[in-house]
Amino acid sequence: MKSSNALWKEKLASKMPEILAREIDGFDTDIALRKQGKMDERVFAETRLRRGAYGQRYDNGQRYDGKNFQEMKYPSGELTKGPSTMWDAPGMQRIKIPGGGLNADQLETMAELAEEYSDDIAHVTTRQDFQLHYIHIDDTPTVMRRLAAAGITTREACGNSVRNITACPYAGVCQDEVFDVTPYSRAMAKFLLGHPDCQNFGRKFKPAFSGCAQHACGLTSLHDIGFIAVTRREGGVEKRGFQTFVGGGLGAVPYMAKLFDDFVPVEEIMPLTQAVARVFARLGEKKNRSRARIKFLVQDLGIEKFRELVLEERKTLTPDPRWTDFVGPAEQFSESPLKPGGTWPANASGRFAQWLKTNTRPQKDEGFVTVTVALPLGDITANQLRALADIVRRYTKETIRTTVEQNFAIRWVSKSDLAAMHAALEAAGLGDPGAGAIVDIVTCPGTDTCKLGISSSRGLAGELHKRLAEKSFELDESVQHLHIKISGCFNSCGQHHVADLGFYGVSRKVGGFAVPHFQVVLGGEWEHNGGSYGLPVVAIPSKNIPQVVTRLTERYVAGRTGGETFKDFVKRIGKVELKKTLEDLAKPPADPNDRSFFSDWGDPREYTLGDMGVGECAGEVVSSVEFDLAAAERELFDAQVAFEAGNADKAGKTAYQSMVRAAKALVKINRQTISDRADDIIQAFRTDFYDTQKFWDPFAGGKFANYLFDAQAKSTLPYTADSSRYLIDEAQLFIDAAHACYNKMGTAVGA
Amino acid sequence: MSSPLPLQHVNVKLIASEGAPVDLEPLIPIFHGWIRDRVFEEMLLDVADYRHVHQGPGLMVIGLQGNYSVDNADGRLGVRYNRKALLDGTNSDRLKQAARAALTCFQRLEAEASLAGALKFGGRELEVLINDRALAPNNDATRIAAQPEFHAFFGKLFAGADYTLAHETEPRRLFAARVKSAKSFSVGEMLANLES
Repeated sequence: MKSSNALWKEKLASKMPEILAREIDGFDTDIALRKQGKMDERVFAETRLRRGAYGQRYDNGQRYDGKNFQEMKYPSGELTKGPSTMWDAPGMQRIKIPGGGLNADQLETMAELAEEYSDDIAHVTTRQDFQLHYIHIDDTPTVMRRLAAAGITTREACGNSVRNITACPYAGVCQDEVFDVTPYSRAMAKFLLGHPDCQNFGRKFKPAFSGCAQHACGLTSLHDIGFIAVTRREGGVEKRGFQTFVGGGLGAVPYMAKLFDDFVPVEEIMPLTQAVARVFARLGEKKNRSRARIKFLVQDLGIEKFRELVLEERKTLTPDPRWTDFVGPAEQFSESPLKPGGTWPANASGRFAQWLKTNTRPQKDEGFVTVTVALPLGDITANQLRALADIVRRYTKETIRTTVEQNFAIRWVSKSDLAAMHAALEAAGLGDPGAGAIVDIVTCPGTDTCKLGISSSRGLAGELHKRLAEKSFELDESVQHLHIKISGCFNSCGQHHVADLGFYGVSRKVGGFAVPHFQVVLGGEWEHNGGSYGLPVVAIPSKNIPQVVTRLTERYVAGRTGGETFKDFVKRIGKVELKKTLEDLAKPPADPNDRSFFSDWGDPREYTLGDMGVGECAGEVVSSVEFDLAAAERELFDAQVAFEAGNADKAGKTAYQSMVRAAKALVKINRQTISDRADDIIQAFRTDFYDTQKFWDPFAGGKFANYLFDAQAKSTLPYTADSSRYLIDEAQLFIDAAHACYNKMGTAVGA
Repeated sequence: MSSPLPLQHVNVKLIASEGAPVDLEPLIPIFHGWIRDRVFEEMLLDVADYRHVHQGPGLMVIGLQGNYSVDNADGRLGVRYNRKALLDGTNSDRLKQAARAALTCFQRLEAEASLAGALKFGGRELEVLINDRALAPNNDATRIAAQPEFHAFFGKLFAGADYTLAHETEPRRLFAARVKSAKSFSVGEMLANLES
């Protein structure tokens, strides 16, 4: 804890917006109450989460050191900041940046905070936020004050609230946009922040804005509510509005947003969103967190019924001047350059030429480009942030935004300044080419800092980055533009579903030991605002993933026809064939003494030695369970193939059967003579694994078991394309959870 | 009497000898081993890998009271200790604690067989930073206020040998001093000087 916290409070008292100052003072009080035992730990947890203060890995007071679990005795003893979350354990502070828009002073503030409270690194997320790690909870009010004084809030950066409102970082300068969505996204962020109708959600709510339908930048398809700019002529006048979508979301099972309305006039976007929020708050699931996102409500009700409810709700709203106050100024909104437009650099060569190719994007205004600053793994140091602040002051009117690809976009750069700007970026170590290319890998924090991480997404991303950076410009042109996205678990913070090559962390048991793996997810589409979601093909040990990338890209280059995209290539070749390409990589190492597979990238600790089963009896059970789980995975793969072939009913039925088979694999451990009847198996599974909580995930609880129970309840209904698609994802997660459950049982046996 | 300039959150970075670029990867298992074996009195929590960042914090052991890192900020490779928790005592005590922590860390790394001598203290240069802008803003007033205690401290650390001291002049950066001794010392000698 910093000794200067009281100094900052005094120093910044008059420099913060009053409402933010009052809220942060309130949080100070909450901290004091919790320390005195006068606030329940769960209430405090939600309180801090709504201010962006997250927990971090190992904050439950124990850490696996590769041999044993070590207890971490924190100085504050048993004091917690949430269930099983020790007070002194460092945490993560998420910082909302609406639309990713920043100025130079704010970059400098971020630099100071990264230096003084974190580990000298600021991390840009896939939702245009910043995250600072390893922060003590006692320091968070000061961090919030210093941000507030710079015009930034952390309010509702986490928790069951309206999260950061994202927007295309090229809004206003993009050649293909319909109109600039910037002022609308900013007005929405202001309107919804702390809105009383947004305080009683069962889960988070993420809005996004895009200026066009065809590019990826806004990713509206995967948001709870998404707005795409459109216009139409009314009485000879061009009218602005938004094509509006609801119910999208990634998470464990990704849902594509449904079209709510083709054209919502700009004057209606606030009340419509307010009505959506009220319906979500009223009817959304509250108890079962795994079904609490709005996507489930939309799915369960159907988009027509949901629309009807929202429009009814809309009629009941009391008019609010903020619904339309912004409209006039929004139409006048524009940014401007610092310098006159220029001409494209002549005779560029080497890294500068490569950088020009990948890191610049033409603007609709002649003479200007937007420059992308590629951040490896989304990380930037304090010194680099200050250098960036200098650069945006020198060449622009501080027009810089974070992007959902964990980079920065500097807008309004005169073409004549490109050489000088690149030199300045190079001096700061920010001049790498390859933005938006295969080397520009997106990753969530994974096992580095996230409590939910299963595999080391950052470790893998770092390794792939290193290997690809060496040869990225020698790769075939078609491969250079592929997107790799990695999540440390099924929760999709790395947005693996919309990548060409997506990966998410799972664990598998090999020879009695847990081995970090990644599911390979193929067929996703980044363009068209995240136009389609990929499906898992096969789980591969982490250490073999670089070979997966090599094989798949080589296969693509060799087998691509014409201008075929990777997504279309995957569709044409089929997952059966692609799985065959990778099958040998899924196998355990031939040499039993090769321990490299049993640790993850960048982490030499034995991955889950503590989960190892011992004893011959356990060993025999291991073989049987593993065999059955492998059979369930094969069956699920058949379901995917049926889905791809357009046979939704067969896909759904086969996916359900795969879940039953995986459940049976576990049930058989204690009931070897269990029948083959699905109802018998599921009843036994419920008794042995659900009611006893053996199958429960430490963080997701009974979520994955509920997938099975839901599937059973719906098993007599015909499967649609949507329902079979969701069931395939749920089945994959159920089987992954069965593996994890079995791994945990190994620990119990060994304990 | 308390000092008008409380030097909390002291950082000390010992600059490594110049040579071939050091591969930091072998440090990862070493740092994990330190956590496992609880080699320091302070509570060590995790390893953070920032090798991918240009002139960044390199590889870090994140601790509760302080972080240890092999840091490459400003392109100057060195071993850095960043005191995070408050420390009682005088400014001199706090400077000494941070220097001792950095030196002890470097001593361990120099002795690591797996590094095969790749990482060595340069013997002359170190940086002292105060990681708190409210307590120690990077301006002339702080420089003047810190001067007597800095000189007393460096006089002891370098056992009376001549040294040069240059302050960080970029006002946005942390208050910092770069110090270079006229005489070369080993890590062990500096530790002994501190305790003398």
